[in-house]
Amino acid sequence: MPEILDQARAQVLGDGVGLDEAGVLAVLNLPDEHLPAALQLAHEVRMRWCGPEVEVEGIVSLKTGGCPEDCHFCSQSGLFTSPVRSVWLDIPSLVEAAKQTAKTGATEFCIVAAVRGPDARLMKQMREGVAAIRAEVDIQVAASLGMLTQEQVDELVEMGVHRYNHNLETCRSYFPNVVTTHSWEERWETLRMVRESGMEVCCGGILGLGETVEQRAEFAAQLAELDPHEVPLNFLNPRPGTPLGDRPVVEGKDALRAIAAFRLAMPRTILRYAGGREITLGDLGTREGLLGGINAVIVGNYLTTLGRPATDDLKLLDDLKMPVKALSATL
Amino acid sequence: MTELVEPVAPADRAGANAPRWCDRCGDEAATGAHSACVAARVLEPPRYCARCRRRMKVQVLPVGWSAVCVEHGEIRG
Repeated sequence: MPEILDQARAQVLGDGVGLDEAGVLAVLNLPDEHLPAALQLAHEVRMRWCGPEVEVEGIVSLKTGGCPEDCHFCSQSGLFTSPVRSVWLDIPSLVEAAKQTAKTGATEFCIVAAVRGPDARLMKQMREGVAAIRAEVDIQVAASLGMLTQEQVDELVEMGVHRYNHNLETCRSYFPNVVTTHSWEERWETLRMVRESGMEVCCGGILGLGETVEQRAEFAAQLAELDPHEVPLNFLNPRPGTPLGDRPVVEGKDALRAIAAFRLAMPRTILRYAGGREITLGDLGTREGLLGGINAVIVGNYLTTLGRPATDDLKLLDDLKMPVKALSATL
Repeated sequence: MTELVEPVAPADRAGANAPRWCDRCGDEAATGAHSACVAARVLEPPRYCARCRRRMKVQVLPVGWSAVCVEHGEIRG
């Protein structure tokens, strides 16, 4: 057994203390023959410190495309030649999407907008949309609207938004290679305000943006320092017309190594399978990830691409005897 | 007002009813194989109108999607 896994068994599984950057890097560098052991340990850590429940979430784009920012992975930037056009979702359709999500057994519904930060029109749409959902649908509402002011943070709390997603996307040292229109520190500032407001912090990123293994470890350590309630883990799905449109997808074993490593860095967080898993890992990988540290999934479609049917994920959870977290457990 | 039209069934792509334009990349459907586009479309909604090549307004929902061409109406999947 590699020394790092012995160390992790005592430190992370035994004491609930996550691995540091060097430890994460050691896991990311494990040879293939030790990957099953790393996944098994990550699964034990998840079961011990989080339990068997899986948090299920649906997401929807309230405002698609036309974003002024230049996140190089994103098909919704108005600065690239992506075919994605700008479109707004109306309130009745938003409520219907929340109902569809709730029918899957999901407890979370995240409303997302492709913006630098919300303007008055978007905040009004949010206020009306969140109120309509809360009146008609039994589900927790989360939001992802880019960078916020303190006033906007306070407004979202008033609306009843319980969790705010704002991904750091990648580690601090690599961020300028991915985004040039704003800084990693600006994102961190929004996360700081969200945390202080009492909303739950949801912050993760995308693997496969061209970062090195060392930078992947740096990212895990920076997320662990932030200590978010939830970490959504995406794998790059190269989008036509974006600067990263020709990048290769993350190799399946590297993706699984990352899942194990991120779990061993953050034993208590909700580690969510997000976009790109279908392409990077396929059906088999989805199962392996759920047995390797993942304890939450986005079901159904993503913002501009499609996911596998929610029924497939729910059947898999049933097969694995992993109960879907009930709404009462999230309140 | 939008008209609800039937999406082009995969079986029709190579037949007499084959669309003129690839609904993923927007290039002429008859030029090139578009096998990568067909494969990608399993996990993507259409982006271009297969009849006129206009970029469509596409809304992806947790279950399904809709795509609107200003000339040829709405399709859903």
